[in-house]
Amino acid sequence: MKQAHRVVGTPARRADGVAKVTGAARYAVDLSVPGMAYAAVVRSTRAHAKITGIDRTAAAASPGVIRVLIGDDLLAAGLTPYYGHVVLDHPVLAIERVRFHGEPVAVVVAETKREAAEAAELVDVSYEDLPAVIDADEALKPDAPVLHERRGERVGDEGMDEGEKGLVGNVCAIARVGWGNIDEALARAHLVVEGEYRYPMLYGYAMEPYNALAFFDQGDLVVFSTAQHVYMVRRDLARMFHLPLARVRVSAPYVGGGYGTKSYTKVEGMTAAAAFFTGRAVKLDLSVEEAMLTTRSASAHIRARSAFTKDGMLLARDFQIVMNNGAYTDNTPLVNSKTANRCFGPYRIPALRVIARSVFTNTVPSSSLRGFGAPQGNIAGELQMDEAAAKLGLDPVELRLRNLVGPGEEFMPGKRPLDADLKDDLRCLASALEWPGTRIGRSIGLGVSASDAGAYPTSTAAVRIHSDTSVTLFTGSTELGQGSRTVLAQIVAEELGVPLESVGVVNGDTGVVTYERTTGASRTTTITGRAVQEACRDARRRVRELAVQAFDLPTSEIEDTAGGIRARGRGFSYGEVIEKWFGAGGEVLGHGAVRRAEGFAKMPPFYEIGCTGLELSVDRETGQVHVTKLTTVGDVGFAINPALVHGQDAGAAMMGLGAALHEELIYEGGQLVNPNVVDYRVPRFSDIPDEMVHLLAERLDGSGPFGAKGAGEGAGNTVGSATASAIGRLLGIFPRELPATPERVWRLIREAERVRTRKTE
Amino acid sequence: MGSREIHLRVNGGERRVVIEDQTLLIELVRSLGLVGTKLSCDSQVCGACTVLLDGRPVSSCTTLAIEADDKPVVTIEGLADGAKLHPLQEAFIERFAFQCGYCTPGMIVSAKALLDAYPEPDVATVRHWMDGNICRCTGYQTIVEAVLDAAEQMRGAP
Repeated sequence: MKQAHRVVGTPARRADGVAKVTGAARYAVDLSVPGMAYAAVVRSTRAHAKITGIDRTAAAASPGVIRVLIGDDLLAAGLTPYYGHVVLDHPVLAIERVRFHGEPVAVVVAETKREAAEAAELVDVSYEDLPAVIDADEALKPDAPVLHERRGERVGDEGMDEGEKGLVGNVCAIARVGWGNIDEALARAHLVVEGEYRYPMLYGYAMEPYNALAFFDQGDLVVFSTAQHVYMVRRDLARMFHLPLARVRVSAPYVGGGYGTKSYTKVEGMTAAAAFFTGRAVKLDLSVEEAMLTTRSASAHIRARSAFTKDGMLLARDFQIVMNNGAYTDNTPLVNSKTANRCFGPYRIPALRVIARSVFTNTVPSSSLRGFGAPQGNIAGELQMDEAAAKLGLDPVELRLRNLVGPGEEFMPGKRPLDADLKDDLRCLASALEWPGTRIGRSIGLGVSASDAGAYPTSTAAVRIHSDTSVTLFTGSTELGQGSRTVLAQIVAEELGVPLESVGVVNGDTGVVTYERTTGASRTTTITGRAVQEACRDARRRVRELAVQAFDLPTSEIEDTAGGIRARGRGFSYGEVIEKWFGAGGEVLGHGAVRRAEGFAKMPPFYEIGCTGLELSVDRETGQVHVTKLTTVGDVGFAINPALVHGQDAGAAMMGLGAALHEELIYEGGQLVNPNVVDYRVPRFSDIPDEMVHLLAERLDGSGPFGAKGAGEGAGNTVGSATASAIGRLLGIFPRELPATPERVWRLIREAERVRTRKTE
Repeated sequence: MGSREIHLRVNGGERRVVIEDQTLLIELVRSLGLVGTKLSCDSQVCGACTVLLDGRPVSSCTTLAIEADDKPVVTIEGLADGAKLHPLQEAFIERFAFQCGYCTPGMIVSAKALLDAYPEPDVATVRHWMDGNICRCTGYQTIVEAVLDAAEQMRGAP
């Protein structure tokens, strides 16, 4: 039963609405300080090479140039010239060697942006080429050139459950999941579906490219940037400059798109180094082309087998996954382990074996992107359910229903039991899509996923109740557009019983707000939301304490009311209690913290559900796919702001559609050949499905506030497999490689024709 | 590198400014503190930098500032009437037609040009006209709805 709520559960207007529609919202790229200098980056023109010399003479003499900085300068100054939250192997600027085309080699600081850019052209870097490896399978071969003969220092344990064993050659990370006897299960199977699947390398294209403004203020480092995880970046910068955490301030104002692409350190180290060596405030704005050379997502090559009984019950699944993670570690261990956890689906599987390996190559380093690991694994895991259904003559929805785990059921040993009713979600989705579809020339594809989301559940929050009963919330969660300022303010208003308009939010600035581990993995509503609730409850407790003293009453005679307390037969607002206690002015501070305990004791903190399907048609002449309908089921436990949940679902699904149909970073030789938004095609208005339906499933089964759990990634996770499935059901052959570009689909059509001809012959 | 003085008419205000010949329109408006106009793709495909030049939507990232000499320029900051938001701005808020907001200024300016040209657009017209504006967050549907709402609102207004 839903409880009666006042503010949560309503589509409250966005707190950042007026600022964003009037152009008043300030992003890091809009910031400037007096006397600021500008930086430009010199990038490697080689995929893999030894740096034999860097001649800075001409650049240094160029008009307006203040300093030309290289990696050796950081070493000479005793700074830590590497960053990385798991492995310290990513050089701020290349040292001795470059490992991908586009890697930063030098930074030019000048009085103007144009002077910096012009001088950057004059930095003369000489290289001695080394053999390069671009493909991940190639990089695994014994004779492949090795990118990291010596591994960087381990500074974090995210995704490193297997330790360092097996990390030889170019293997950056290994994850294993499994149980039961695979070989025995395969041997007695009625059907084994087997295949190789490929998910593309993607660029998130957050529309505000990476940028930072850095300066030192009496020895304290201050950085404004596009960072999603301001506290993670703070740790990297503190290590780099040997500063205490307290003396590094990282602030992210409004962020122009994140989707995981702005997790962890990007340009902050370079910019801070430029400020350190010049003594100036320095601004570095990357272009989109440079941003595409900064971070991408890992592509995946998956060899998968799924074994079934003749009734379509899963007996075993076997996945061997190779991911291309590029030149440095960054977030690879975590993405890799999530891929392993997320590929086999929320199904009952008697025997499972998953081995995921991420491999260093001479390409742009990969890191997080929306759903990380889930879309990659899903293409194999879910598509094999459809392939099996086709072979067994079973309905794919029915096949899934037979195998799905139910609410409260553990599907990964020792982990949190499933906190969702996926069978019901799937039935809702199928019904909304009018499954199995009757329209000639159209086909439906759908899928489900349950991602171990939320990341490590460390979060804190603070609320200040002012003497007029208005409230300021302090949170380390950054506003990426997901609407955290709005949702968290709704939670405060509900908990404290104050009007939403009287709640202000200060966020994303390590110098001001309380600790938040990350803003990612769909965690803010669930985990930060719980910390905010705790902070509100702490503030209420303190108000009661003040009332006890101010009114000289026993605690038992004070009760909480909306926006205040009740004592001596009358109500007092928070402000009245505060002013009474202080005599004049004053405020109350509440602090909340959550950790891996109580509701979050079991990992993951929650499962993020994906339940998306679509209907499409294919132009048999051109191979062009047209999506006629797209439906999402947002299984979020409780929608604190339904409009924002719909926004997350629509956005994630549309981004998933980009990867399913268009997007792919393409390497030719050692060079990325489409690092621009002309050649890397993202969804546009003309790609909107004819009809979009966003459903909500609210069963109050989440571990977050009011039974909520996260959204933001799930709706996109199954779009790739659903697209491939719909195309396959239409053509008779399932595409096993995404994106399903017109050329690939056209080839499938021809192949299907050949198969039919052979059959009739 | 030459420089020249131009007569600038931005958001109803007028002034003379000296610019270098190669100055781009986006550089000029942002240097005036009108930083609502955003740079993204820098190659005329994303629409984030859209402003109205002489009533027409242009990508200010690939338009020279000298082209704005003596022509009216409207940026996102010029749409609201004091504290009163333009119907498009109201509709974008009402429909949750933005998330990160980075594309929003260009999006709203393009939509204004659309409604100036077609006060009664249908869904197909909106999708076609707005195809030059990329949004990575919303999935577009809410933007289409917002534009249609605003059109209706503006037609209804006296």
